[in-house]
Amino acid sequence: MNLSRPARIALRVAAALGFAVIYVPLLLVLVNSLNPDRSSGWPPPGLTFGWWADAWHSSGARAALWTSVKAGLGATAIALVLGTLVAFACQRFRFFGRDAISFVVVLPIALPGIVTGVALNTAFRTVLEPLGVGLGLFTVIVGHATFCIVVVFNNVIARLRRMPGSYEEAAADLGAHTFRTFVDITFPLVRSALVAGALLAFALSFDEIVVTTFTAGPGIQTLPVWIFSNMARPQQAPVVNVVAAVLVLLSVIPIYLAQRLSSDTASGSRI
Amino acid sequence: MTDTAPAAGSVRRLAGALYRRPRLQLSLLLSAPLAWLVLAYLGSLTVLFLSAFWTTDSFTSNVVKIWNADNFTALLTTDVYRQVALRSVGVALAVTALCILIAFPIAFYTARIASPRRRPLLVVAILTPLWASYLVKAYAWRLILAQGGLLDWVLGPLGIKGPGYGLTATILVLTYLWLPYMILPIHAGLEQLPVSLLDASADLGARTGRTFRSVVLPMILPSVAAGSVFTFSLSLGDYIAVQIVGGKTQLIGNIIYSNITLDLPLAAALGTVPVVIIVLYLLAVRRTGALSSL
Repeated sequence: MNLSRPARIALRVAAALGFAVIYVPLLLVLVNSLNPDRSSGWPPPGLTFGWWADAWHSSGARAALWTSVKAGLGATAIALVLGTLVAFACQRFRFFGRDAISFVVVLPIALPGIVTGVALNTAFRTVLEPLGVGLGLFTVIVGHATFCIVVVFNNVIARLRRMPGSYEEAAADLGAHTFRTFVDITFPLVRSALVAGALLAFALSFDEIVVTTFTAGPGIQTLPVWIFSNMARPQQAPVVNVVAAVLVLLSVIPIYLAQRLSSDTASGSRI
Repeated sequence: MTDTAPAAGSVRRLAGALYRRPRLQLSLLLSAPLAWLVLAYLGSLTVLFLSAFWTTDSFTSNVVKIWNADNFTALLTTDVYRQVALRSVGVALAVTALCILIAFPIAFYTARIASPRRRPLLVVAILTPLWASYLVKAYAWRLILAQGGLLDWVLGPLGIKGPGYGLTATILVLTYLWLPYMILPIHAGLEQLPVSLLDASADLGARTGRTFRSVVLPMILPSVAAGSVFTFSLSLGDYIAVQIVGGKTQLIGNIIYSNITLDLPLAAALGTVPVVIIVLYLLAVRRTGALSSL
């Protein structure tokens, strides 16, 4: 399409403005963590690293971060196993209800978080509580794993689709049995897809607030829940600012890792 | 390979036995995930929606398992619920429309105007905000829209005041939150658009505007539909961003949330509203063929 010069310039400017709007809020969070003014007004009257020191000593934020990491790792581990199993089943076999399965896998993330959250909450209370298992970190992990399965599933099945079956057949022809073929051929081929899926699953879990609210037991606070409950407290505002800034800075890690992984792992979309 | 060792031999026998029984392999692969997703997840969803037909003892707030459709009658006849449901759908539609409007020029630039060398970098630039925490982004907008915040400071010299917290702020923030989900599919769609089609259109005498309407738009529609699935359904279920920047605004999510402890059956009945709308939306979008490209 031959765009006229003014049209190209207009699109360029529009895109530049768009990117500016996308990044200004993130930059604001970084600057605001240095704002000495408690009410976070703009422009900041000066810059200070004092709140960073305060945040470092905030036991609530630290405990919440640790809880988030544990929940994320647990959910990722479960999602990796279950997501890979479903992906292999759906890609390698033809069976009744195959399409329905890929639908059920997507459902937990397609439905509003509050619906999933309430459903799991009632189920936990009616099924687990008679068994003496109350809501706690365990139920958070179960809840997060439910909606993390889909990202592992998507990554693995995309890889399996593009993987020629001839490699595995060759291994079998050379005398390798099913398990040896898996260990030596299949697993190395899907490894980077698993890493990409795990990365996405952990990021989803680490960011989740709605399902966490409904599945966490008393005293279990993940980082998003901590931020949300402290956001409106003026006393805690500076520490929240610093935690928010840290989270913005930390998001560079998964971006870097996702870029390092081969570009075909759909490291892009989070769904 | 050490097939002579007895352990390895039994592994090989097991592998052989499995290989001859594909049905057994399949059931071994599927049993754990299906137990989790179908029994645990779909099961609890079903119970939740069945409970929408139960009632609550108004004194004790305990659920009474008597079948009736009172909650749905309340849903359809109470003005507040109707208003809030309509408002939620309106917000979701507005957010989707805004996302399309903003995403299109950005995606057009990243996919067709920027030099091919810079495109991967631009895609990373679109993706980056997705990795930043949802809450942090909503919180950033709380700071921006606050009285005496960044927006007031920017608009102040022009004599305009920012919208403050409220419905406008909610739509703005939701648009910001879900914008990358719209840019990415449109970018992918535009990038895959064959140049030959555009050339053919130009050769046949179409000007840029005509090519855009008759070639680009119809071919991009599935991508837009795919993006709108995210922007629409994520907006419809949201109740956190509204609490952060919405002021007194209530969306369907807030009402569900406030009813959960007092009247679970009513909350469940309210919860069917976004679910039904989203399923209808998915069915409508499926006709464009967008879901296969998700």
